[in-house]
Amino acid sequence: MKIKAFTVIFSILMAVWLILNQSVDIEYLVLGAVISVLLAFMFCRGCSVFNDINFTPKAFVYTFMFLAVFIFELIKANFDIARIVLTPSLPIKPGIIKAKTKLKSRMARLILANSITLTPGTFTIDIIDDTLYIHCVHLDDADREKLGKKIIRKFEKYLEVIYG
Amino acid sequence: MEYLKIAGAFITLGGSLFILFASIGLLRMPDIYNRIQAGTKASTLGTLLTLLGIGLIHTDWLLKIMMLIIFVLISNPVSSHILGRAAHYARMPISDRTEVDELEEDTNIVSQEREEEK
Repeated sequence: MKIKAFTVIFSILMAVWLILNQSVDIEYLVLGAVISVLLAFMFCRGCSVFNDINFTPKAFVYTFMFLAVFIFELIKANFDIARIVLTPSLPIKPGIIKAKTKLKSRMARLILANSITLTPGTFTIDIIDDTLYIHCVHLDDADREKLGKKIIRKFEKYLEVIYG
Repeated sequence: MEYLKIAGAFITLGGSLFILFASIGLLRMPDIYNRIQAGTKASTLGTLLTLLGIGLIHTDWLLKIMMLIIFVLISNPVSSHILGRAAHYARMPISDRTEVDELEEDTNIVSQEREEEK
């Protein structure tokens, strides 16, 4: 399935080229297309991370839903941190917990780990096989396993659809 | 046009406020992991809003600034993850207020098993 990697690399390179030039003249389009095709052809063999993307309409819709959830969580995370550092007593209760993910694709795991880093009070320290080690600022006594599942599920349900 | 400039100025101000919170967090947090938490999140949104504000003031830069935002969003969490991971494997001291460290427990089990195999 090199076609997928080829398509993704080509579209990223072409988009970056057009944005940097800020012009849709024919000579820019042709030059950009030629260079993008050459580079994508050279590198699609070694680049396995894009092979798992699903090109279905549902995956497309879920990408936007994922972005919306992500931006909302990022803004919430910032107000959370601002509230913590401005409280005189510094109300933190840190701890490192583990959580298992069901995602198989490497790219999906990378995106999951990075999204967790940017959401309220959590940050991924390490991934060993399918286990993510997450540092939490507020660790509720309740149930550590349930807390880990809650953090992961928020993004996993979208990534499952986008990366099969 | 004038309104866009005023809105951009306010968004840039908001971004710099978040960067201020990040630096207060860096000073106040007890150990490296909590410092990374404060530093990454607040500085990501801070940089993002500052760039967006500049993009609104100079509207012809907006597309290029969107690309900068994407690069910041990709690189910031990766670098903080690598810092945290390196700190943990170098056994940086962890705060006394830490409740549990399951990574420590698991990596100790792995290294014990390896020694037994030898």
